[in-house]
Amino acid sequence: MDAFLFQVLAGLATGGIYASLALALVMIYQATHHVNFAQGEMAMFTTYIAWSLMDAGLPYWPTFLLTLMVAFLLGVAIERLVIRPVEHAPVLAVVVVFIALLVILNSVTGWIYTYTLKPFPSPFPEEPLWGIRYMSPHEIGAIGITLLVLVALYLFFRFTPLGLAMRAAAQNPQSARLVGIRVGWMLALGWGLAAGIGAVAGMMVAPIVYLDPNMMGGVLLYAFAAALVGGIDNPWGAVLGGFLVGVLENLLGAFVIGNELKLSVALVIIVGVLLVRPSGLFGTVHVTRV
Amino acid sequence: MTKKTLIALLLLVAVASIVPFVVSNYRTFQFTLVLVYAIALLGLNILTGYNGQVSLGHGAFYAIGAYCAAVLMDKAGVPYWATVPAAGAVCLVVGFLFGLPALRLEGLYLALATFALGVSMPQLLKYKALEEWTGGVQGIVIAKPDAPWGLPLNSDQWLYFFTLGVALAMFLLGWNLLRGRVGRALVAIRDHHIAAEAMGVHNALYKSLAFGVSAMYTGVAGALGAIAVQFVAPDSFSIFLSILLLVGIVIGGLASISGALYGALFIQFVPNLADEISKAAPWAIFGIFMILFVYLMPTGVAGALRMLSERQKRHNFPAAKNEEEVP
Amino acid sequence: MALLEVNGLRAAYGQTRVLHGLDFALEKGSITALLGANGAGKTTTLRALCGVVKTQGEVRFAGARIDGRATEDIVRLGVAHVPDGRGTFLDLTTEENLRLGAYTRKDRAAVAADLERVYGYFPRLRERREQQAGTLSGGEQQMLAVSRALMLSPRLMLLDEPSFGLAPLVVRELFQILRRINERERVSMLLVEQNAALALELADSAYLIETGRVVLAGSAAELKRDDAVRRAYLGY
Repeated sequence: MDAFLFQVLAGLATGGIYASLALALVMIYQATHHVNFAQGEMAMFTTYIAWSLMDAGLPYWPTFLLTLMVAFLLGVAIERLVIRPVEHAPVLAVVVVFIALLVILNSVTGWIYTYTLKPFPSPFPEEPLWGIRYMSPHEIGAIGITLLVLVALYLFFRFTPLGLAMRAAAQNPQSARLVGIRVGWMLALGWGLAAGIGAVAGMMVAPIVYLDPNMMGGVLLYAFAAALVGGIDNPWGAVLGGFLVGVLENLLGAFVIGNELKLSVALVIIVGVLLVRPSGLFGTVHVTRV
Repeated sequence: MTKKTLIALLLLVAVASIVPFVVSNYRTFQFTLVLVYAIALLGLNILTGYNGQVSLGHGAFYAIGAYCAAVLMDKAGVPYWATVPAAGAVCLVVGFLFGLPALRLEGLYLALATFALGVSMPQLLKYKALEEWTGGVQGIVIAKPDAPWGLPLNSDQWLYFFTLGVALAMFLLGWNLLRGRVGRALVAIRDHHIAAEAMGVHNALYKSLAFGVSAMYTGVAGALGAIAVQFVAPDSFSIFLSILLLVGIVIGGLASISGALYGALFIQFVPNLADEISKAAPWAIFGIFMILFVYLMPTGVAGALRMLSERQKRHNFPAAKNEEEVP
Repeated sequence: MALLEVNGLRAAYGQTRVLHGLDFALEKGSITALLGANGAGKTTTLRALCGVVKTQGEVRFAGARIDGRATEDIVRLGVAHVPDGRGTFLDLTTEENLRLGAYTRKDRAAVAADLERVYGYFPRLRERREQQAGTLSGGEQQMLAVSRALMLSPRLMLLDEPSFGLAPLVVRELFQILRRINERERVSMLLVEQNAALALELADSAYLIETGRVVLAGSAAELKRDDAVRRAYLGY
């Protein structure tokens, strides 16, 4: 029982990271109906920037905030410079641009920082917190930060005029223009926010898996799965899906099939869920008019 | 087939037949791989381009085809040429069966399911219980066939012609399939599945069939690829292969038969070119090429050529232009 | 002085030309109607004015050229469009829709006052303020669309078939409110209607459009007396 609880809680910690990245995917999906396959690599790249800043002597929390800002600007810049020109291209052509971004970021990072693993610090203490021995402080902290990000986003979208305008632009770009919203900039802002959320995920996962240009490959796949399991049009569902996938993955690895095949089996289960509920657990079913 | 396309096709075959005599053995081998990729891309294009079912995991079918060929040659002593149809048949069945549950999934969900297939495939191939057959992480080494009937060709040249023959057969088959009823049904399902159903197209059957046929093409390509490379191992068939195939059909041109060839040239030669430009970050250069191609030709090379030729036609026959110029 | 001047307005969807050089003007403070049959180009005219479709020709708003400018910039000058199909944000609440209408305004106190005034015109919307706009009835959505436009505190409202799909009683109520808004708040209105009788009752002046051209112009009273208009559009 102890071991089981231990695995569930560890799963929640990694699940929080999947949840963050899933949330970033959902944000861009809602605004543009594209799945940004480069989201993981953007997160990885910004985590390297954080590493550089700390390497230069900056303490953790200033680095954290500065990285968020850099990530935001990077997201905005990518949307404006790379994605904007293919706005009206066929969906799969845009997918190819995302894949291109993925390999470019991966390759450039490897070139600048080499492919050797780098340790990445955690802002949380090493000693068990409040005598909790099931979870490391970093795991507790990672979950806490994920939830914090979620609450902050909720407040932003629910209560600020800018958040409202972003929702409006995502829902109905034409009408949004008719009330004076600059839709193009709203999309860029969405990309910036998504990149910021991704950076948080990257900085939370790096202390666990070590920093490496390929560290987000698996995370992106789980985040994609989490977003779909939760319902790609539902941010809350995506977050819940993230935690669910994290726990599932951990339990399968620990008790059922070992680490060798856990990725495959986790994916098979996820696809199985989708076969039964094709729009995800919490997604809305879309009715099409003929 | 119009006279013009027939002449173009014969010309292409003639040029293709000269290639192995004017370039080095290594280049010949590279062109063999172009043909292999072209078959695989045509397969993926049937599914994704014509039928609108996005697959992010076609590398898995390529892997199954390759392992079929390798295991049959290595364990059962089957001659290389017989493994190609066998690989095709196996993939047809596997693809069809995979296509049945995939019917319930649309768009992104199908993309995830196929993505999962592509990610899982190398892990399955490494799996201990299958090691006796697959050779585990080590993979299987196979011998390169020599030219039969005392033909004055070295093994690279022979393999090139063998692949060219198979490719021609597969392209003619594909062309026959796609230009008629079946092709129209596939496109109708892609563009409006409900209307297609209402017009009497059996959606489920056609979609599963598209999956099967698509997998068959890719499996045949996998078998040919394995014979050409003389080696199969799980890590040659990572998810990256699947993604490369998708890039190939988009850049070649979706829903276009000739697009498969352009796409194959792209995924075979542009990485090499990128490597020559920058040894330090070749994939960054490759990525930039991908973006440039999409910017300049959002409907792929085939789409761009089609547009060019239409513009040419309009230029040649200005009388046919009856719409007045918009002021 | 004319608030809106349109000279030689042309527009096309792809190869299909819809407007062939339209000329008209709208006096400040007036309600001007564009009349015409289905497909005459009325909706396209409104879309052209606020930059939703690409156009050629000259459009002046309060003396300044606005043709070729981005929709959101034209809106910021005080041109509010009430589109056909209403353009409501269906997943947002009624009040969120109204707040979006005032998105470009910075004067918070005035926005709050305008919200109250709009609720005064349409008390039904106040009752439904927390309700998702998609769940409102057709009439309520039309009221919401008009209210959202008012929240911009516009100088000119472009109204596209506000009567479409509404019950006659609701239409009457809506048009009375439009008249009141025009009189009290000096908001100029350009009204597109298929229901010519209704439009001529509300409007001060009107233009008759046929296949993308103005064929008749005059005061509402003059057009009502015109035999051709009577036969073709008023039906008596």
